[in-house]
Amino acid sequence: MALLEIKNLHASLEEEGKEILKGIDLVIQPGEVHAIMGPNGSGKSTLSYVLAGRDGYEVTEGEVTFGDKDLLELEANERANEGVFLAFQYPVEIPGVPGMTFLREALNSKRKYHGEEELDAMQFLKLVREKAKSLEMGDDMLKRAVNVGFSGGEKKRNEILQMAVLEPTLCVLDETDSGLDIDALKIVADGVNALRNENRGMLLITHYQRLLDYIQPDFVHVMAAGKIQRSGGKELALELEEKGYADFTGKAA
Amino acid sequence: MAATVETIEQVEQLGTEKYKYGFVTDIESEMAPKGLSEEVIRFISAKKEEPEWMLEWRLKAYEHFKTMEEPDWAKVEYTPIDLSDIYYYAAPKVKEKLNSLDEVDPELLRTYEKLGIPLKEQEILAGVVAVDAVFDSVSVATTYRKKLAEYGVIFCSISEAIKEHPELVKKYLGSVVPYSDNYFATLNCAVFTDGSFVYIPKGVRCPMELSTYFRINAENTGQFERTLIIAEEGSYVSYLEGCTAPQRDENQLHAAVVELVAMKEAEIKYSTVQNWYPGDETGAGGIYNFVTKRGACRGDSSKISWTQVETGSAVTWKYPSCILQGDNSVGEFYSVAITNNAQQADTGTKMVHIGKNTKSTIISKGISAGKADNTYRGLVKVLPGAEGARNYTQCDSLLIGDQCGAHTVPYIESRNPSARIEHEATTSKISEDQLFYCAQRGLSEEDSVSIIVNGFCKEVMKELPMEFAVEAQKLIGISLEGSVG
Repeated sequence: MALLEIKNLHASLEEEGKEILKGIDLVIQPGEVHAIMGPNGSGKSTLSYVLAGRDGYEVTEGEVTFGDKDLLELEANERANEGVFLAFQYPVEIPGVPGMTFLREALNSKRKYHGEEELDAMQFLKLVREKAKSLEMGDDMLKRAVNVGFSGGEKKRNEILQMAVLEPTLCVLDETDSGLDIDALKIVADGVNALRNENRGMLLITHYQRLLDYIQPDFVHVMAAGKIQRSGGKELALELEEKGYADFTGKAA
Repeated sequence: MAATVETIEQVEQLGTEKYKYGFVTDIESEMAPKGLSEEVIRFISAKKEEPEWMLEWRLKAYEHFKTMEEPDWAKVEYTPIDLSDIYYYAAPKVKEKLNSLDEVDPELLRTYEKLGIPLKEQEILAGVVAVDAVFDSVSVATTYRKKLAEYGVIFCSISEAIKEHPELVKKYLGSVVPYSDNYFATLNCAVFTDGSFVYIPKGVRCPMELSTYFRINAENTGQFERTLIIAEEGSYVSYLEGCTAPQRDENQLHAAVVELVAMKEAEIKYSTVQNWYPGDETGAGGIYNFVTKRGACRGDSSKISWTQVETGSAVTWKYPSCILQGDNSVGEFYSVAITNNAQQADTGTKMVHIGKNTKSTIISKGISAGKADNTYRGLVKVLPGAEGARNYTQCDSLLIGDQCGAHTVPYIESRNPSARIEHEATTSKISEDQLFYCAQRGLSEEDSVSIIVNGFCKEVMKELPMEFAVEAQKLIGISLEGSVG
């Protein structure tokens, strides 16, 4: 069974009625890493929001199945608890809420959803410290309020930490490389690579090829004007790097 | 001016007409006649077997009350209270009798369940059974009292204190909130039925948190509660008031008075979690909570700290204040006020700097949801003698939805050029981004709002005693249920 199957997905902005996704087809099998590349405004981020169930988008046509579930029938938090994780391009600040507290709430929500016992503070602390170590995140960073006063790199590392703790089956990474210097990019990429396994699928959304030097995808898709225009192996990314998106948009990107 | 001990006698000199009495009350009857009159006050005093001076004080307050008008400056609207339609004595006892929890509003029970309140306790709160039917409450109260007595701490009902420690009550009652203070406080002076009394002797650090809960059984304090706490030189006490579960109550008007007195180097920490019944979505049936709370830092280097979490009541009108008389004395006010649906809160503080180098801190967090209105109203007053006075005020408002209101009304009066006063205010909304971020991490909408709001209130919540804080956190989530979406 495919991990994620998107069929002819059309979605519009609810308020303006403007169609952004104009028929997306994509299948991700367990263990596969897919990259979606494309120019700004092609609908890449919208795809990630629609998959995650953000308010404000209306699916007008098509279907999305996640394992054996109709993903579009589920609320955003149910999708998360089913195993869909979105690493945000701009992680959101939540003042006054320590990162630890937030992540423990999140993990326990998931555990509760699956009928598992919640972790107490000590068990949780042990788990997080272990995961945080490889991302070079110390206790002080975990105690700080969620994303408040974090540098770009810290925010992205924090996203990957959350991913590592929540152990999703589908990871959607939206422009995870944006705003990262090369050292931060390496740490984040290492974190992501460590999470690759035969059951987990990943969807990397990126504008640049650079990220793909560090996280090697199995498939690359080019998205433009709300559709996947071309699919191929990782060599496609290199071709794009060279030629740009002009072939797909009719103008230089 | 500093460290002046005002006694009742001195306050009296502020001048009020001497009352003329001449009623005889039949003390046989169990219930005072409806309405407010001198006769009713005599009845209450007689029922409580009060000494003459207490009765006189009540009557004097009543005479003064007759000259007063209900204030209307607060930003709250409510149906006028008909004082003639209240039973001043029997009223606290006329809770509707329920036979089992099945008869209790299921909404209320759901909340108890969420707070994890044991079944027996739920029954008490909902008014199904009397406390002593469940606990051996007398012995609980006695145990605590015995232990406290070893330290010389007096913790009893104000009625008992009037009889057993008249010299203390006489000296301090009305010395912080005089009987002529304001409409609701004056009414309280005339008709208060009970409340708590705490006395911490010199140099004693009270060995436990004192809570009204310990003596929940002692008296049915009802709607006109009166609390007096005195901390002698170098002593410390932490006092908890209230209950995290919503209390069903038939009394619509609550007009309590709390007076705190801190002598030299003494510290009083007073924490409140107020969760009276807020009424239904339209506010109908909710409690009017009109409370006067004031603390006097009489001695040098004394400290009074108010922490309040206000989530209940249909209308809240409350300004816990500090009179900083002693040099180097410190006043603190930490407040979270949450209003949802049709609730209205007009709350804040007054910090009056009289002594030299007095310091005050005000941290106010107002949260509005639904169609509610939330107002911070605060006064920082620096008198000419308060050399080097300092105040820091931070007022943050959080809005949930687009039909609620948040208002900040700070008054600053400084008459000393060396004073330093800082005021910061922010207004923000729970953003759609934050809610989506939380949802994407698996949190339900309720949990998301709760965690965001708790984060917003963190600076105040951390001032609450540990055992209170956990329940208060849950309470914040519960009071905002259904506020988004």
